[in-house]
Amino acid sequence: MFELLGIPPQALFGQVLLGLINGSFYAILSLGLAVIFGLLNIINFTHGAQYMMGAFVAWMGLNYLGLNYWAALVLSPIVVGFTGVVIERLLLKRIAHLDHLYGLLLTFGLALIVQGLFRNSYGSSGLPYQIPPQLAGGHNLGFMFLPNYRGWVVIASLVVCLATWFMIEKTKLGAYLRAATENPTLTQAFGINVPLLVTLTYGFGVALAAFAGVLAAPIYSVNPNMGADLIIVVFAVVVIGGMGSILGSIITGFSLGLIEGLTKVFYPEASATVIFIIMVLVLLVKPAGLFGRTA
Amino acid sequence: MADVISADAPAAGLSISETSKGTERLHRAIFIGLAVALAVAPFVAYPVFVMKVMCFALFALAFNLLLGYGGLLSFGHAAYFGMASYVSAYTAKHWGLTPELAILSGTIIAAALGAVFGSLAIRRQGIYFAMITLALAQMVFFFSLQTPRFTGGEDGIQAVPRGKLFGLVSLADDRALYWLVAVIFMAGLLLIYRIIHSPFGQVCKAIRDNEPRAISLGYRANQYKLAVFVLSATLAGLAGATKAIVFQLASLTDVHWSMSGEVVLMTLVGGLGTVFGPIAGALVIVSMQNYLASFGAWVTVIQGCIFVVCVLLFREGIVGVIAKAIKRPL
Amino acid sequence: MKFKSLLLAGAFAALMSGTAFAQVSVKVGVLNDRSGLYADLSGEGSVIAARMAVEDFKAADKGIKVDIISADHQNKPDVGSTIARQWYDQDGVDVIMDVPTSSVALAVNQITKEKNKIFINSGAAASDLTGSACSPNTIHWTYDTYALAQGTGGAMVKAGGDTWFFLTADYAFGHALERDTAAIVTKNGGKVLGAVKTPFPGTDFSSFLLQAQASKAKVIGLANAGGDTINSIKQAGEFGIVAGGQKLAGLLVFITDVNALGLQTAQGLVLTESFYWDTNDQTRAWSDRFAKLNGGKKPSMVQAGVYSGLLHYLKAVEATKSKDPTVVMAKMKELPTDDPLFGKGKVREDGRKMHDMYLFEVKKPSESKGPWDYYKQIAVLPAEQAFRPLSEGGCSFIKK
Repeated sequence: MFELLGIPPQALFGQVLLGLINGSFYAILSLGLAVIFGLLNIINFTHGAQYMMGAFVAWMGLNYLGLNYWAALVLSPIVVGFTGVVIERLLLKRIAHLDHLYGLLLTFGLALIVQGLFRNSYGSSGLPYQIPPQLAGGHNLGFMFLPNYRGWVVIASLVVCLATWFMIEKTKLGAYLRAATENPTLTQAFGINVPLLVTLTYGFGVALAAFAGVLAAPIYSVNPNMGADLIIVVFAVVVIGGMGSILGSIITGFSLGLIEGLTKVFYPEASATVIFIIMVLVLLVKPAGLFGRTA
Repeated sequence: MADVISADAPAAGLSISETSKGTERLHRAIFIGLAVALAVAPFVAYPVFVMKVMCFALFALAFNLLLGYGGLLSFGHAAYFGMASYVSAYTAKHWGLTPELAILSGTIIAAALGAVFGSLAIRRQGIYFAMITLALAQMVFFFSLQTPRFTGGEDGIQAVPRGKLFGLVSLADDRALYWLVAVIFMAGLLLIYRIIHSPFGQVCKAIRDNEPRAISLGYRANQYKLAVFVLSATLAGLAGATKAIVFQLASLTDVHWSMSGEVVLMTLVGGLGTVFGPIAGALVIVSMQNYLASFGAWVTVIQGCIFVVCVLLFREGIVGVIAKAIKRPL
Repeated sequence: MKFKSLLLAGAFAALMSGTAFAQVSVKVGVLNDRSGLYADLSGEGSVIAARMAVEDFKAADKGIKVDIISADHQNKPDVGSTIARQWYDQDGVDVIMDVPTSSVALAVNQITKEKNKIFINSGAAASDLTGSACSPNTIHWTYDTYALAQGTGGAMVKAGGDTWFFLTADYAFGHALERDTAAIVTKNGGKVLGAVKTPFPGTDFSSFLLQAQASKAKVIGLANAGGDTINSIKQAGEFGIVAGGQKLAGLLVFITDVNALGLQTAQGLVLTESFYWDTNDQTRAWSDRFAKLNGGKKPSMVQAGVYSGLLHYLKAVEATKSKDPTVVMAKMKELPTDDPLFGKGKVREDGRKMHDMYLFEVKKPSESKGPWDYYKQIAVLPAEQAFRPLSEGGCSFIKK
């Protein structure tokens, strides 16, 4: 391995780029968590399962209905987002007045159910999903061979993240959302339908997870367990970023992907733990997280 | 955020402040009933199964001490349970320690780990606390996975000798071991009961219900929280260390996050913040896993459903409901 | 509980009287993964294979009553050992079959020895089962890491793939696979250029594949299993590694994995197995019968091994008219093995079942005639060459 330590800078660029790709998934997922947390004050443990559902809906669309990747990219978040709306209305709403930890427990239970059901129906070995023909192949960038699809993942996730940020920070809808986050009762008094806003927000956060799932489907095998371990890493990302700001979660997501990517080159054994180690360090210095406001 | 998670179960909130003579008598009766049940159990049921229930019951009791009486939801208790089980298995197998010393060393390590993680985690509250404990536990998982010299990697530490208690009594026979486990379990239960009903326990509950107020009364909330965290980790470690000797195996399952989830489930089913609830919860969940094992992934689905139903409709848990019905804290 | 056992005893007595002519009654426990990563290659298919063995042996006509039960060990050693213990202690199981996942197999191996029963392993890879962890009560039937390394490692070097880079899953099993294969590569005159330890379980291998690509090794050895293997093969395709002239060698790949990957992705992969359904008329006939019972899926070598192993066990029970583990085991090691799937062979003293191994290359989509037509055979490794010599295993009860 040590012969790799003297890697030329070009190879390093390659790894940085790969780190960014992983970071895109962290960013979208932690963004979804942050949006949900902002308004509902719950940590959505089902997020990983919903990411997995996103990939599965894409797979089902292709194999049962003949829908291609691009259709899935639009439809899958809508379908999964809708299940999120149903979950919010039927279940989360009932416990909204309780301690938020109950929300964590409830969504944890839901995650178990969803994963178990998919495992029963589709097994654990994973299902193949091909890269869309338009994005097959790749480009030789000189320092590395970049598959087109990976490039697309970075661009798509950046666009989605920034659009979300823009929507929340710069539009009227976003203003309502922020108002409801600050003070739901007052916002309601101003005639804004806060319960509806809550439902839609949850649906939107879930749709983000599903979008990440569709993006992941052609790279990783579509597998019932694909979200289970990822979600814990994303939790750590969220703790590091602090959930105060939308932009914060995006930046943290991308940069942690980057750090993880570099660890894979210099000390691959630690690449699974590096994010958790950073989390401990951040907690020691800044308990509220890098972008968090102290509660 | 003052965690109201157990204040939601009114029976629990009342339990200490209104400890009347009658309640005390009832609790004593339950203790005696439990002891009798444990004495009879190995003659009617498969002793290994009863030992498993006891280990998990102790684990759930330890967890409940932190959640029910400290108001802190840890999602990483598998770390203490699993690490203690590794240490206990390792010392028994490779250092040839007698079982009681092996269990003791496992418990001590769990306590130390609890002190380190606890001091990090109590910096945050509520949901953050849950996520931090989860992430810390995940570090322990990766550590266990990557140090095969110590943990045996995915093989775990197998063929752990049960050894001779105090170097004298052989524990190879299930029955002999059973009595040791029963004694450990009862001792753990009594200790937890004692902690809850001590002045220390009272202060913990005051902090749980209203932290700023407790602080304003001059209590150092963080020290109390840390203390209850370490106690909980230690007892979870005791359970894990014992389990390693019973099954002669310590494996990655014990440190995986799904184990942390399971202990939450047991406590939730049995009754958060009740003294005896976790025991009932452990009995239900362990039996379910045992008898439904052939259903494979359905077990996960059923567990998930129980989670959802408990949170939505059954927040008091089995023992909580009984306590409500007889209007006495359990 | 007491009442229940009384009931059970009653039911058992009723069963016994119904089959009074039976001389021996054996209970077979098929313990494997029924819901996880290895469910496709073992799972219910192994139970089907076991039933077929009982049927083909015509056990009932020969006065042997066979009960088959099954359970899911979820690939967890603690779950597996609990079930094994309970099966032996309470349910009167005589022989445990299959048990994929090395960690669980080692646990069951230990308990079987302690309780003096019989364990015929088909699913697990660990060569320790007949080496440092060997037991007089265990037979390791289908394959092991040594044979896989010997097949894939040795043959690849002979075919010109003399420089290697390993992608090793960072856990004990991955390390063992890398170590065994690297030893054989070097022994055959090849060279190992490097290795990278990938976190286990991993999803993203791109960074490691890039390192492998940069090493310019002719062969990239995948010292991993299950989902890790599938993901790394998939991503190697994405990064144009096979197209760039490097070859992928799967050190533990099953036909079910190839099926999951699809030929488009898996083509060109070189791997070693001990059984392929399309080898000869007998294997084809048997596999067709099997596929009919298994929802159209052809058998994996693990499932074939369960069939073959149980058949041999029943032969030994018939010959000794006993189910005493010591007696039956001695007979199994004495009788030569012979069945339609693995041909002629034997069970060695240390419990190693000896048969030939085959090196396969995965076909291109254009070469495949239809579903499950996946492999072309590159080489046959005679049993003596494929498996570790008796003297090198370090098995404690083998006299040096």
